[in-house]
Amino acid sequence: MKSHNKAKFKTRLSNSNLLFVIASGIFVLMYLSAIISFPGSFLQFQTFFDMFSLNAPLIIMTLGLCIVMIGGGIDISIGSVCGLVTMACAVLLESKMGSIWGALLLSVSIGTAFGLLQGYLIAYLEIQPFIITLSGLFLGKGLLTTLHKNPINVTMPEFVSLRDFDIVVPWLGRVNRLGIFIPLEIKPGVIVVVVLVAFFAAFMKWSRFGRNVYAIGGNENSARMLGINVKKTKFITYLICGITAGISGFVFIMTTGAGNIGNAVGFEMKAIASAIIGGTLLNGGVGNLLGAPIGTLTLLIINELIRAGGVQSNYQAIISGLLLYLFIVLQSVVMSMRDKKKLKIALPAWLMGKEKAVN
Amino acid sequence: MMRMLKAKFSHLFLPVSVMVLLIIINLIKGADYFSISVVNGALYGNIPNILFGASELVILTIGMTLVTAASQGQDISVGVASTITSAVFVMFVLKAGGDVTLFTIAGAFLLSCVAGLLVGAFNGVLVSIFNVQPMVATLILFTGGRSIAFMIDGKLSPILANDISNQIGTVIPGVPIQTPIILTVVFIAIIAVVLKTTNLRLYVESVGINPSAARLNGINPKKIIFLTFLIMGICTAVAGFIAVNKAGRHDSVNLLKLIMMDAILAVAIGGNSLVGGKFSITGSIIGAYTIEVLNRTLLRLEVLSETIPAFKAVFIMILMVVASPVVRAYAGKTIDRVRTWGLFKSVPVSSTLETKKVE
Repeated sequence: MKSHNKAKFKTRLSNSNLLFVIASGIFVLMYLSAIISFPGSFLQFQTFFDMFSLNAPLIIMTLGLCIVMIGGGIDISIGSVCGLVTMACAVLLESKMGSIWGALLLSVSIGTAFGLLQGYLIAYLEIQPFIITLSGLFLGKGLLTTLHKNPINVTMPEFVSLRDFDIVVPWLGRVNRLGIFIPLEIKPGVIVVVVLVAFFAAFMKWSRFGRNVYAIGGNENSARMLGINVKKTKFITYLICGITAGISGFVFIMTTGAGNIGNAVGFEMKAIASAIIGGTLLNGGVGNLLGAPIGTLTLLIINELIRAGGVQSNYQAIISGLLLYLFIVLQSVVMSMRDKKKLKIALPAWLMGKEKAVN
Repeated sequence: MMRMLKAKFSHLFLPVSVMVLLIIINLIKGADYFSISVVNGALYGNIPNILFGASELVILTIGMTLVTAASQGQDISVGVASTITSAVFVMFVLKAGGDVTLFTIAGAFLLSCVAGLLVGAFNGVLVSIFNVQPMVATLILFTGGRSIAFMIDGKLSPILANDISNQIGTVIPGVPIQTPIILTVVFIAIIAVVLKTTNLRLYVESVGINPSAARLNGINPKKIIFLTFLIMGICTAVAGFIAVNKAGRHDSVNLLKLIMMDAILAVAIGGNSLVGGKFSITGSIIGAYTIEVLNRTLLRLEVLSETIPAFKAVFIMILMVVASPVVRAYAGKTIDRVRTWGLFKSVPVSSTLETKKVE
């Protein structure tokens, strides 16, 4: 009897996975429509990887934000932390005193400092995350403009070689119009993204800390009664978010090679939108870390489609706002239908090979 | 008597003490802080300037207090919403043709109020029906709203060149006080009357403290939250009206930029909890004026304009730490110990740690 009970439980999709499946479905739909409307460009692997590498900072940021959001919090300082890191790294590298490793260390330590400060204030002093991270946003912005006002282009030779470094994958190339074969080139940022996504997804899925974060996001009081150290876990989520924001700043300057006041402005909003589209529930407790890159790419494809459609730039912001509205409503509807048990999605038996064997 | 006063005004302790602190700093910088002079039949000086400069902020803060109290979150689209409503106002005034009469201005203002109600309904539906966190719901308008205002404008910054707008923005001849100050006072009086004569305060507070308990008592939380967003919409319309008349032109990119930060901060300084529940409009209004004093103090102390955001962010963090529940509870305990002379028996080791770490 025991096995029967277990099988019944297993065939029901968890909320996290359901939203993730929906997000992936939307991503596939969007990509297909992009391919249909622009077959020339979207069928190339290069386009896909370019999207990945150009927006690597955003994806990394979204990863950290997803962890915080699963824990029921929010962090809107990430964009300005990223901007601050790019400017600090640019100043350090241009002063001829630092090395690339020094810049990496600097970026991680700036992120860590923000994470520690905000995490401490939010978790241990129980201040609203929104207000603290909002002031963190302004702190980062203020420090950035105080540090240096004008754009800096990093000319350090080692850094330039790192910026221009490409990983060439010869067998995925494409023959261009003139009949010359161009191999696929991938920026190192993609590697960082893939490593971080794999690491954090595994971390959140299989570590004790990850389970604690889900528990806290679901219901903080129950989590506390289960003996989970709520404050410490929250603190660590904000710390991770700060560190990922720092790393994303380094990746940002690795792709663009310049420090600028306008760097990463508005990224916090994009990151929140990507996290939501990627299936992380705003109220916490639900989400799959693999949804972070998928959500980001979906948002980017939508934006690209709008841009390629020749829509006036003013409409772009409005349309992305409406899309965010739609996704939030969709999420809300799906979750409420789930609560009322109107929507039952169960995996067919042939997919659950293990269960079949038990039966 | 003392006890009664204490019970009635204890929530004003924080805003008043911050204000007094800032005024002391100003007086140290220069003793002529309070001097008032009469120029062209109107009062000028630091105090009228503060009252004049803070008028939009005060109005938005009133709406923000209600929204915060009922929906347990903040509206970050207030500045953008004011831009939209003022764009509607300006377009109606400019399209009306002929001489601009008081009637045209009033009609345009009513139309902008309708726009404000629409904006409030847009946010309110998301928050009340779909249960989205207010901050994320208003994020949509925050990202897309300025584009909407830009589209309503038609061109970059239409100029309001007529006497009546000029008088509303500055001074009516013969009246020694600037018109925005008078409008603010009128608005505050209307809100005070509404709160005194209706059950709004009771309903909002009960919804903010516990929505399900409020529902069991026959109050529809969704309706009340929606209503607060509608009131917020009216507030944005009034604030946009004042701001655009002050500026004399409609600049949809820079009008009331970043005011949501100040409004949230004013609510926090006013001694209101940012997680909803009981609220104090008086505290918020004092908080809003305190923010204006802070802004002017930073300018007076010749802080670099790039550094001001960082300064303000640090100021907010310190303030939030002082006002945080943990530190408050701790301070209460300490005061009790001092009262009972138990201080000398057991001095806690960590007594200074909590405040030191943050600063």
